[in-house]
Amino acid sequence: MRTERNNIFQNIDWLLILLYILLVGFGWMNIYTTTLTEESTGFFDLSTRSGKQLLWISLSIPLIILILFFNSKFYERFSSILYLISLASLIGVFVLGKNINGAMSWYSFGGMSLQPSEFAKAFTALAVAKFLSDRQYNLNLIKNQIKVFIIIFLPALLITLQPDPGSALIYLAFFFVLNSEGLALNYIILGVITIVLFILTLLFAPSTITLISFVIITLFVYFFAKKDSTYLRFHWYKPLSIYLVVGLFIFSTSYIYNNVFYQHHRDRFDILLGKSTDTKKIGYNTNQSIQAISSGGFSGKGFLQGDRTQGKFVPEQDTDYIFSAVGEEWGFLGSATVIVIFMLLLYRIIYLAEKHTNKFGRIYGYGVASILFFHIVINIGMVMQLLPTVGIPLPFFSYGGSSLWGFTLLLFIFIRLDAHKSYDW
Amino acid sequence: MKRSFLLYFIITITGLLLIARLFQLQVIRGADHNPVQNAAVKVEYTYPERGYIYDRNGILLVANQLSYDVMIVPKEVTVLDTLEFCSLLKIDKKAFKKRFQRAKNYASWLPSVFLKQLAKDDFAFLQEKLHKFKGFYIQKRSIRNYPIASAANVLGYISEVNELQTRNNNKYQQGELIGKRGIEKQYDSVLRGIKGKKYLHRDRLNKIIGSYKDGIYDTLAINGQDITLTIDSKLQQYGELLMQGKRGAIIAIEPKSGEILALISAPTYNPNRMVGRQRAGNSVQLFGDVHNKPMFDRGLQATYSPGSPFKIINALIGLQEGVIDEKIHFSCYKGFKYGGRKNEFMGCHCGTFGTAVRLQTAIVKSCNTYFSNTYIKIINNYSNPTKGMDAWNTHVKSFGLGNFLGYDLPSGRKGLIPNGKYYDDRNRYRWGPTTNISNAIGQGEILTTPIQLANVTAAIANKGFFYTPHILKKTNGKLVNNPNFTIPKQTTIDSKHFTPIIEAMHRVFKKGGTGQWSQVKGIEIAGKTGTVENFTKINGVRIQQKDHSILIAFAPKDNPKIAIAVFVENGGYGSSIAAPIASLLIEKHLNKKVLRKSEEKRMINLSLKSIYDQQIQQPLETAH
Repeated sequence: MRTERNNIFQNIDWLLILLYILLVGFGWMNIYTTTLTEESTGFFDLSTRSGKQLLWISLSIPLIILILFFNSKFYERFSSILYLISLASLIGVFVLGKNINGAMSWYSFGGMSLQPSEFAKAFTALAVAKFLSDRQYNLNLIKNQIKVFIIIFLPALLITLQPDPGSALIYLAFFFVLNSEGLALNYIILGVITIVLFILTLLFAPSTITLISFVIITLFVYFFAKKDSTYLRFHWYKPLSIYLVVGLFIFSTSYIYNNVFYQHHRDRFDILLGKSTDTKKIGYNTNQSIQAISSGGFSGKGFLQGDRTQGKFVPEQDTDYIFSAVGEEWGFLGSATVIVIFMLLLYRIIYLAEKHTNKFGRIYGYGVASILFFHIVINIGMVMQLLPTVGIPLPFFSYGGSSLWGFTLLLFIFIRLDAHKSYDW
Repeated sequence: MKRSFLLYFIITITGLLLIARLFQLQVIRGADHNPVQNAAVKVEYTYPERGYIYDRNGILLVANQLSYDVMIVPKEVTVLDTLEFCSLLKIDKKAFKKRFQRAKNYASWLPSVFLKQLAKDDFAFLQEKLHKFKGFYIQKRSIRNYPIASAANVLGYISEVNELQTRNNNKYQQGELIGKRGIEKQYDSVLRGIKGKKYLHRDRLNKIIGSYKDGIYDTLAINGQDITLTIDSKLQQYGELLMQGKRGAIIAIEPKSGEILALISAPTYNPNRMVGRQRAGNSVQLFGDVHNKPMFDRGLQATYSPGSPFKIINALIGLQEGVIDEKIHFSCYKGFKYGGRKNEFMGCHCGTFGTAVRLQTAIVKSCNTYFSNTYIKIINNYSNPTKGMDAWNTHVKSFGLGNFLGYDLPSGRKGLIPNGKYYDDRNRYRWGPTTNISNAIGQGEILTTPIQLANVTAAIANKGFFYTPHILKKTNGKLVNNPNFTIPKQTTIDSKHFTPIIEAMHRVFKKGGTGQWSQVKGIEIAGKTGTVENFTKINGVRIQQKDHSILIAFAPKDNPKIAIAVFVENGGYGSSIAAPIASLLIEKHLNKKVLRKSEEKRMINLSLKSIYDQQIQQPLETAH
């Protein structure tokens, strides 16, 4: 035991910690500039968001110490319990939680608010890692696939019901993890086809797409039939079921889009797909953020000098749209650098995960990288109008205690696990 | 390494994609700003003078006066001496806090109105000291001034555009004034002109550095255009004077052009009350007066049964359809039995008991029997009542009834002229003209507005056609030529049929006619009185009120210059109040002065307040 503790500092990956500090620090600077008002009240004023964020950041330090205190075996052993606790917290939020902005996503006590969905990410990743590493599961067996899906699906469902479908979306990240652990690539291909069909159905009339897809399927059937003359006789049910599933999917997409999605969801899709260009109401946010980013030019306008950021033109700029502040004030140089730093962070995590000889640490590492990747890509994609508006924070940048701690938790558990990779289990 | 290869690959590709997009946005697109979108540029608006409004003779009806709003940009407000500020503005500290919060809630970086329409003296004091209070500035505006307290219903008023409109629409700024009713609303775009824009550069601390790009984007304000109405202000004021103490409407039209000479709604209000800071309080009071309804333009919006004047239309239709002529006669025995049952009796007070009543007598004496018969004949002239009703409907509608007239004022009602389908839908059993016999005498289902009846009068005066009534005469001194108003609209009645009718209407104003006491020496008036039954629902029970007194008339009989419709609510017989008022107005318009002073005095002093007060005791729910 003592040797463990002594070796911690030798084995901790300082590069990751450095990247973490860089991101958190630069992130804070951007929160500062977006929340700056005429009344310059200093950095530590707790009535401002930048002051509060500084508080969350300082409180992360004890959190980090706490995380590093437990040994890696603890995380592995207690992963299921931690997972169950996070599920309980997600259920409990319906009963004990506060409704903010139309979603029951928050616990509120003593002036502080906590969002359980931010913490659930880390614990779900732990649970998935534990589950997959316990035995040599062949992930291509249906029953195992189902079990894993349930582990991932439950928190996602609870979060969607809050309702916060945006936050639930990131659970898709686990596909990458599963794929790396042997889940057939077919699933990802299937997923991609699904998304493409979905988008095409929205862009054009359902009947047109159905027609086109049926033609394509028929072509495939023709090929198979040519190669194997008995195909149609013995395997006729395969193409038939594909026709059925595709047709059903297209029409249920259309139905769900028009009847289940709320109007603002539809509006966001319409803007993204170019079907409408409303820059006054729904498209206002992304339009403003694009303007802000564009106006940064090559080298940006300088720290605290961005007039759109200072003029508070971009709504939600300290949370979801924080990257637009980076874009305006730091320009292409600054924003690209941020992206590169994120990439380095992800590379490093995967590299270290690869070096783990035990499955648990490795799978968890993939989980961390995937989750972070998803957040980064969706958030920055949305801010630059490549993706529809989804309320997902940018890790370490977006204002919010729960968000910051959630990601800190996610990352530092990995750092802790990683510090022991040299030990064989 | 294979499995992680995919991950590295995906991360790299997406990273590069994002950077590429950044490149596209920042390096390629870069700085192509629209000056207003650029947060470092502020727009200042200069508001032009709103157009003046004149009457047809050049009398100034609506002018402007300067008003000063105190505007605030909450973000720019620094610590200030609230005590001094409040005393300069004459508000208390609580009001200050409330207004400040409201401005902040609207938007802390956009200007909004802090205090509206500062009194002129206060403005002078504040202007001196304003530099001490950062974040506040004064926006000059022009508000209205009415040199003559008349025609409030026609002119309308202006007030601030509401917040929702300013937020979603770049066209209007907070605090801008637009027309809300009447002419101000109808011709708002003509009157308002175009505001000027000045683009100013600000630094990060929001201080103005100077003109943006040397003012190449700046535009000058363009003044609004003056408009001249067809209204004759002297006539309008006279009519309003005569209608004091009464409720109702008077519409006067010039038949040969369709120009509206007077559009009076009573009770009315002083238009100056809807100007400036007092408008809010007055507005509450005026809109809240649910009994008098001064904001309700009875001339345009009140629907009444037309009563006896409608008989003229039935007569014309009867002549056109060929079912009656000047010789045909009916006998009236204090009324007319139109059906087998006991209640199927139409009463009549024409006083011709038993004698033969022909067309002209029927009009002069207003004989219900004659017209009931005429109506029945019209409907039965077709193979079935539905067709007959439709034919009748077509005739009536050609006079402009039953639909919007198409005049240039923003309010109105269609009224109701039933057709075949109307009765088919409402009658389970077979129906005929006797089912709705009240239509014959202008009661029943028929509903008209006073301006519609005035238009009918003009059509009769012209012997068969009318010009759509309109109120705009000139814009910026130039006559307006709108084909909607200059092309005459034909009725379905041949002009030859109007001659006997007009003769009869003329006799109404001679001895023995219902208008005999309202003759004017030297003027040949033709008209028709009406005494309209009306009911109100009190506690669910339909109770008959005192009849409305109405009159339609035009003068002179040959070459008419004025067609007029007068409605006086609960005034009793048409000859009691409506006829004298109409004849006074005709005298005023044609002779330019009134000699019958005692009659004039009598009408001015006559008040129906006691009758109206009686109606107040019960909750109001009129049957129309």
